[in-house]
Amino acid sequence: MDTLKQIRFVWKPVVFLLCLVPALLLLGDTFEITGALGANPVEEIQDRLGNWGLRFILIALAVTPLRRITGWNGLQRFRRMLGLYAFFYTLLHFLAWLFLDQGMLLSAILEDIVKRPFITIGFAALLILTAMAATSTNGMRRRLGRRWQQLHYGAYVVGILGVWHYWWQVKKDIREPLIYAVILALLLGLRLWFRYRKSSQRQRKPKHTETLETRSGKP
Amino acid sequence: MLIRKPSDIRPSEITSRDNYLNRRQFMSAGLAAGSIALAPPALTAVVPRAEFAKIPDVQNSEFSTDETPTSYDDITTYNNFWEFGTAKDDPAKHSTGFEPRPWRITVDGHAEKTGSFHFDDFMKPFDLEERIYRMRCVEAWSMIIPWVGVSLADVVKHFRPTSKAKYVAFETLHDPVRMPGQRRDVLEWPYREGLTIAEATNPLPILAVGLYGEALPNPNGAPIRLVVPWKYGFKGIKSIVRISFVEEQPQTSWNMSQPWEYGFHANVNPEVDHPRWSQARERRIGSGRFASKQPTLMFNGYGEHVAHLYKGLDLRKNY
Repeated sequence: MDTLKQIRFVWKPVVFLLCLVPALLLLGDTFEITGALGANPVEEIQDRLGNWGLRFILIALAVTPLRRITGWNGLQRFRRMLGLYAFFYTLLHFLAWLFLDQGMLLSAILEDIVKRPFITIGFAALLILTAMAATSTNGMRRRLGRRWQQLHYGAYVVGILGVWHYWWQVKKDIREPLIYAVILALLLGLRLWFRYRKSSQRQRKPKHTETLETRSGKP
Repeated sequence: MLIRKPSDIRPSEITSRDNYLNRRQFMSAGLAAGSIALAPPALTAVVPRAEFAKIPDVQNSEFSTDETPTSYDDITTYNNFWEFGTAKDDPAKHSTGFEPRPWRITVDGHAEKTGSFHFDDFMKPFDLEERIYRMRCVEAWSMIIPWVGVSLADVVKHFRPTSKAKYVAFETLHDPVRMPGQRRDVLEWPYREGLTIAEATNPLPILAVGLYGEALPNPNGAPIRLVVPWKYGFKGIKSIVRISFVEEQPQTSWNMSQPWEYGFHANVNPEVDHPRWSQARERRIGSGRFASKQPTLMFNGYGEHVAHLYKGLDLRKNY
């Protein structure tokens, strides 16, 4: 089997199933097969889904830097799936909040989205993720052209909003959101570094040819 | 349908003894496992564990709610007690080695009777009551808790505060060795709380020393803690070592930490939201995975006993 086929028929299904494990465990714990959710099950369901949503956002954002560092281009083939998992867990996090926490009480939901900044931020992140998920097919990518890339830069915004949403809702102990913030900063920082290096290389190259030319021009 | 007057039966009498014993075995197994790592095994074998004892001579109270109490397991494994860590299950996990005896309580300030008292001497003058109270956390969850305790009003009167005493201030033990959560500066230690004299002499507040008819478990603030049922849970300071009668409004921990979010009063109020979340509704712990939240009551439903204390006070400003 060549590498592309191996990725498609072996590694992709394996990663797909692995990404599903947190959801299956949560389901198992909810019905007390694999474990239990503790004294406040609704909060636990929401927190776990939200955590995994944010983790997958960071994992998806890690693909490109990892590819650049390791030089293994096959990684790129997992990015869409990881991004869709970020959407999947974030959407479930939102639905858990909507149905379990707020109990579909429309007035409370609207009030929370408008009045609570940390919920507004989370909701905005979900909207961007939804737009990205809806345009994640090859057909949409072709149709949107350059604008597809612009839309999918939204992943950076989602990362920032996601960490911010988490940071803002903890009572006082910011250790955990801080870990997410540091990882996000690292992932975005690496991109800036790659870009800086690329542009500085580009600047150096013409200079290099120039010197060759001037040298060769000398008698 | 069998109708009983709930105040006649204490939940500790309803809960099956077998469940109690199972829990006890589980807990002592955990303790034994913990003590191997933490302390010389001989020591734990000699010291009798205070929380195994059933508290004798406990009276029922007219102030108890007839709502079904939250399970012992939920009450003892899901709460905030940052002296043992900031996660909800940290108090249960990290307080197993905590020894709440011997314990001394210092009473000082503007009172005729002051001094430092051994726990048993401190408790001796007062009558024990079971009080089943609603507990509303500022984080919008709630429980029904069958405390055993003594009326704070009785305690305050016993020490005969002078006319200069306008407030009662409380302090938690500050001992980072015994309370590992205090090794991090998440709050300014020791934990501090306070009430006005009028609040402290209201019949509702108690100093709790028991839960479900037995000595107060470590995660819930052993050996003695404050319970003020119409205020948010963080007013219920745990593991108290100092009670002071003071003239000025005392500093309180959450107010010191985030004054824009937590006030001195902290009365349960569905109309005044926390800056980051609504206080209109609450999740009752133990109500199940698919139960909806329930409306929060003004003064947590204790308005008839306490609303008069706040006549003319702007509760929106004095949150």
